Amino acid sequence: MSVLVGAQTRVLVQGLGREGAFHAARMIEYGTKVVGASKPGKGGTTQDGIPLFDTVAQAVAATGANTSIIFVPASAAPDAILEALDAKIGVIVAITEGIAVHEMLTVASMLERSTSVLIGPNCPGLISPGTAKVGIMPAENFSTGPVGFVSRSGTLTYEIADLLTKAGLGQTTCIGIGGDPIIGLPTPDAVRYLNEDPATEVIVIVGEIGGSAEERAAEYMRAHGKKPAVAFIAGRSAPPGKRMGHAGAIVSGNSGTAQSKVAAFEAAGIPVATAPSEIPGLVKKALAGRR
Amino acid sequence: MKLHEFQAKQVLARAGIAIPEGRTATTPEEAEAIATALGLPVVVKAQVHVGGRGKAGGVKLAKTAAEAKTHATAILGMDIKGFTVRTIYVERAAKIAKELYLGITIDRDRRRAVVMLSTVGGMDIEAVAETQPDKIARSWPEPLLGLRGYAARALCFEAGVPEAQREAVAAMAQKLYDVFRSTDAMTIEINPLFIQEDGSVVAGDAKLEVDDNALYRQPELVTYKEIAPDEVQEERAKALGFSYVQLDGTVGIIGNGAGLVMSTLDAVKNAGGSAANFLDVGGGAKESVVKAALEIVLANPKVKAVFINIFGGITRGDEVAKGILAVLKDATPRVPLVIRLSGTEAEAGRALLEGAPLVSRATMDEAATEAVRLAK
Repeated sequence: MSVLVGAQTRVLVQGLGREGAFHAARMIEYGTKVVGASKPGKGGTTQDGIPLFDTVAQAVAATGANTSIIFVPASAAPDAILEALDAKIGVIVAITEGIAVHEMLTVASMLERSTSVLIGPNCPGLISPGTAKVGIMPAENFSTGPVGFVSRSGTLTYEIADLLTKAGLGQTTCIGIGGDPIIGLPTPDAVRYLNEDPATEVIVIVGEIGGSAEERAAEYMRAHGKKPAVAFIAGRSAPPGKRMGHAGAIVSGNSGTAQSKVAAFEAAGIPVATAPSEIPGLVKKALAGRR
Repeated sequence: MKLHEFQAKQVLARAGIAIPEGRTATTPEEAEAIATALGLPVVVKAQVHVGGRGKAGGVKLAKTAAEAKTHATAILGMDIKGFTVRTIYVERAAKIAKELYLGITIDRDRRRAVVMLSTVGGMDIEAVAETQPDKIARSWPEPLLGLRGYAARALCFEAGVPEAQREAVAAMAQKLYDVFRSTDAMTIEINPLFIQEDGSVVAGDAKLEVDDNALYRQPELVTYKEIAPDEVQEERAKALGFSYVQLDGTVGIIGNGAGLVMSTLDAVKNAGGSAANFLDVGGGAKESVVKAALEIVLANPKVKAVFINIFGGITRGDEVAKGILAVLKDATPRVPLVIRLSGTEAEAGRALLEGAPLVSRATMDEAATEAVRLAK
């Protein structure tokens, strides 16, 4: 079992440029059903064996695509997301980094009127090991098992998935939600999917400084948690007022601090690892307590 | 990107928001002439990209043109929290009856803009939020509708704006919201917003910070960009395609991916050390980028050891190794290097680095411990 993406997933690629084409090939290699790509003006042709369509709506009508992955540049990406929303794609994954915040305000408003889910932007995508990869993560770090995993970071996700996999702890679905201040599926919403998934036995929540999504996720788990969770917060040693790589990773005033996030998790009975290497041990302990 | 008060005020004035008459000066003589031309009294204000300039003595009232010149002499060249004052703004002093606060920022949790209005003006809004939270009225406009008249009026009622100014303040809030949207602002603030003795409203100060990701479509605002002295290395890094933040410690850090680099900083702290910088080479970094990154980190005199932490995904271990070797080829670095390579092509990378003058460790924790030891 998995959440959001799985055996039913039929992927449309928006932006089959150099990066998009590279990752589309890796997704196909993994066994993901990539059914088409949108490329205005190239409809009716193919590229690397992938059928091309002029519009997302045409692609959906012809292929039954229910998921899209977006690689187009930041200035065009909001339009690509809105086109996917308009075509009623169920799961939209925006890899693109550097989208303007005001564009995301408009996108978020349209998203709230739809039944679609947006992952990202500025994210590595998501993977349900063994069934579907809709993202840019190196697949060999992931394996099947009972751990649901949500993370705001890219590379750190690969690092932690690798640690879990090497410890024999496979995953149901790993969701890289993205490092921007405004994203489609904030931490608490991603956690809710994993909490409601019967195959997920334990949830790993990887957050970082900035915003208060981790605090809200902790509160959600305290009130509605059906299973144990383990957390990690990146950026404990970051100084206030400095943006640490991710647009969303900034401590402003008293908000967004690692201390506040750690305290919220601990108050919800969720152990917080002080280093990624501690996560597998905490997950094993959580699973042992459950079984 | 931050704008100076006088730049932000020009943006506001173009949108129809009343501002006191004022001009910029870079010499005391200019300040004196402007004071005479504007009419007295005037306020002489330091133009620096940092808060708290009033407390630092960077804002002074002058009743005569000679006094304006004296204040200008004192303020020009003044150091305010590491920023040297090069420009001052000489402005006609408002006849203040009351001070309000009006500001707009991004509410990440609600994924909306939040408009804030308070009758407690002239104070840092975060301090007001802490001590008198009920004194701030808030509104979260739907982005497709904007701040409509009824919502702006409701803000005025909730905040307790005097009846005589209600329509004017509501109209100012609507105009400010339009500026917020059209300039891709992260934050825009009029603090204080003056109610003058004659009942008119005017923007006493103006703050505007623009989203760096939107500068591509703000050609006019980009011309206001200034690089602060502590941002020179950060800007140089950005031009090379990676992000760099200067910190205070002794262990130089290079990694790939913002979250991984933040964790690397934390690992160094856990091991009893402190990081000299944050440096993310980004995804898929090639040899040349890694080389440039290493050079920037080594250029910081505080650095006593460098910790390179790479988990390969799109980034390949062999490319990273080649970048390091390109630096080592020119000269042996003045400080020890510790590297941890995992993921894509890590083995190939480690093979390339065989025999090179650096320390290799298998895990992030081990490498952090070693780097901290070597930095001491």
